[in-house]
Amino acid sequence: MSEALGNFEGLLREALAPVEPPEDLALRLESTLESITEMAADELQEWELSAMRDPRNWARPATALVVGGGAGVALVLLRSRRRAHGSSGGLSGARESAERTVRDLGRETRKLLGNH
Amino acid sequence: MDEQVSTKPKAQLDAEFSDLYRAHLRDVYSYAYYRVGNHHDAEDLTEQTFLQAYRHFERAQRESRGRPLRPWLIRIAHNLAANLYRDRARKPATPIDETTMLAAPHTTEQLVEGREELSRVLGGVRRLPDDRREALIMRFALGMDNREIARALGRSDGATKVLIHRAIKQLEGLVKDPGEVVQDSGVAEDSDE
Repeated sequence: MSEALGNFEGLLREALAPVEPPEDLALRLESTLESITEMAADELQEWELSAMRDPRNWARPATALVVGGGAGVALVLLRSRRRAHGSSGGLSGARESAERTVRDLGRETRKLLGNH
Repeated sequence: MDEQVSTKPKAQLDAEFSDLYRAHLRDVYSYAYYRVGNHHDAEDLTEQTFLQAYRHFERAQRESRGRPLRPWLIRIAHNLAANLYRDRARKPATPIDETTMLAAPHTTEQLVEGREELSRVLGGVRRLPDDRREALIMRFALGMDNREIARALGRSDGATKVLIHRAIKQLEGLVKDPGEVVQDSGVAEDSDE
């Protein structure tokens, strides 16, 4: 390797120095990941403990599957939060946002259930 | 035939994912930042990368057969970034080349300040074709070796070596002559030399 090329690579290494993620990103992401793993575990435990005689409990496994089976729900929540950030607000904006969230959740749920 | 299904307890998988996340958060964020050119989108991309990774972690572990998972993570980020650009291309938005890679404060800003040379290098990186720019980001910002970059880009080791060599050569030209016209790298780098 020529000295010039070596110098250029050194320059490139300096220019493309690793970028530290903002602290709030790390906290937010850790909290999201913790939530989706813990929620799934809780739901599953509850389901195992409950007698399946009561049909009202039958929806629980599906909830746990959706939450534990992937990050789809969390993704939907993140997207909704970002949209809420970007929107101009107001009642119609909130209603549109809620409708979009429900549509997104349905889409993600279908995807997840299709994957399992 | 299907791979043997993992029997790892969920708690163990979660702990291993947590280790992966801690080990590579900076890598994914650095890749995302240099790829998209601003902190807002880089944060978004990083979050989505780890959420997607969590979703497919067990399978990735099974199929990696003990190989490092960093290239897999970066590939997820690469695919998500491509989707982001595709979505934006459908709507009127600021093209990526017009984003301000150095406008937002970040850890390299102090280095770049007063160093015109580094600023020119970054300007040149921004003008490179996507595949060359990505290869250089992986090599120099993340310190990945040829094999890891090849896995992340879905290319052979030989093609990756050629890609990086040509990227550096082209970048040197752009730094020396900022007026140089950039042409797409085409498919030439897909073949080993």
